[in-house]
Amino acid sequence: MVAPDARAKKLEIKNLTIRYGDQVALHAASFDVYENEIFGIIGPANSGKTSFLRALNRMNEMTPGMHVAGEVRFDGLDVNDWRDVYALRRRIGVVFPLPVGLPLSIYDNVALAPRLGGIRKKAQLDEIVERCLTRAALFDEVKDRLTSLGSLLSGGQQQRLTIARALSQEPEVLLLDEFSIAVDPVTTMRIEDVLKELKSELTIVLVSNLVRQARRLADRTAFFLGGELVEVGDTEALFTRDVQDSRTTDYLEGRFG
Amino acid sequence: MSSSFATTSLNEKNRLRERLFRGLFGLVTITLILPVIIILITLTVKSQGTISLSFFTEYPRNNMTEGGIFPALVGTLWLVAVALIASVPLGVSAAIYLSEYARDNWLTRAINLAIINLAGVPSIVHALFGLGAFVLFFNFGTSILAASLTLAVMTLPVVIVSTRESLQAVPQSFREACWNMGATRWQTIWRIVLPNSISGILTGVILEVSRTVGETAPIMFTGAALFLPFLPTSVYDQTMAMSLHLYIIATQVPGVPPSLPYSVALSLIGIVMVLNAASIALRTYLRGQKKW
Repeated sequence: MVAPDARAKKLEIKNLTIRYGDQVALHAASFDVYENEIFGIIGPANSGKTSFLRALNRMNEMTPGMHVAGEVRFDGLDVNDWRDVYALRRRIGVVFPLPVGLPLSIYDNVALAPRLGGIRKKAQLDEIVERCLTRAALFDEVKDRLTSLGSLLSGGQQQRLTIARALSQEPEVLLLDEFSIAVDPVTTMRIEDVLKELKSELTIVLVSNLVRQARRLADRTAFFLGGELVEVGDTEALFTRDVQDSRTTDYLEGRFG
Repeated sequence: MSSSFATTSLNEKNRLRERLFRGLFGLVTITLILPVIIILITLTVKSQGTISLSFFTEYPRNNMTEGGIFPALVGTLWLVAVALIASVPLGVSAAIYLSEYARDNWLTRAINLAIINLAGVPSIVHALFGLGAFVLFFNFGTSILAASLTLAVMTLPVVIVSTRESLQAVPQSFREACWNMGATRWQTIWRIVLPNSISGILTGVILEVSRTVGETAPIMFTGAALFLPFLPTSVYDQTMAMSLHLYIIATQVPGVPPSLPYSVALSLIGIVMVLNAASIALRTYLRGQKKW
């Protein structure tokens, strides 16, 4: 294994504090996410996991009352110094807990981001749509009905459509927020296989309620609890009890949360 | 064992109560539509079958005691069309701002309060406002322009509120998904929010039209004339209008045959009902197209 220090840092989080009014959602978290790894974030509800994801692509600006302090660096550059926030967001794909099939055709769902980016040529769009749907393991199921509505697909298919849509932005970082809570186990496994393949091309931050899912997928894992970053380290190390904080063991063994 | 499946007295009581309430609410509902039916029947009977095609295509004759309502009908169309041109872009823009851009602060709350209050202002007050603002201050004179702008101001709250509600019916998750893709607020509105709220917006607009058609007070001082022997040629002309025409022949003109006001009233109600029916049909059609 490569020594962590030698790996390129994709995201650097320094002293990140997120507040909603007086309520602190995340307190002074600092850690790095390396390129081409799956970085897991586990922790019970209200730990600040989703707030953290929102801070990465400056969605806090679209969220009334959400305040972010500290630093998030993307490729070494503070996200607040990105002059074009929309370009920043295009480089960070997001998948939500509940699948969001936009009320457009399957084709248009995936072609939306490229179109927003200014791509107009039909052939080029066709190519992107097919490639992204294939990578999200959905193409074979929908190739005969690309013009039917994306919002009418089943939950599991919609979630893969969401992933295909996120990939159509050609992101460098993919954020997944509890992607499997509305998806059946078989689809979950298929998506997990997709993620393992995608790891070679991009960096994945995976927020999960499922401790075992994090163990299956994540190279390194952070444990958030009540707005505090309790621990971060190699996933296997965490699960083999090589931990500094007893709360991590308690959570992993299911004593709370 | 079988006794547990038998109808108990409690079940029996619940069923009676269920029937009672069902009957009660049904009766109230039927009572509510009675006035509409009675009005329609009265108008139809008392108009004595004087409505024919020529009633809509002829000018009033003989001091408005004979003939048709052609100039009033055309005038009403003018007033409604110009009012729409003024109020729909303004109202929809304001609703988009309030729903999609504005943050929840004292200014937004003040605007919302103002809109609610504007909706509650009596139409005669709007009429005087229109007289002061459009006829005199902006010097449009008594004209279609002044009357339509008065109508537009009066119906703006309806457009704003109905549009805002249609916009807010679009799930927030759609917007979030777009923003996360790097879409601007406007791209999100244009590509996702508006296409999915257009049915509600159109319904609101049609309801606004049907209200505008019937208004009398706001146009009385601002642009509607008692009688004109010609059609308006521009928005700076005065015009006749259905609602004012009805008021005039029912109260101000001697020697009007008793059937004539009822015919005008029936035509007016007919227009409103056709518009409402169109709005319901449109809504039903677009709801059927709803995509989530």
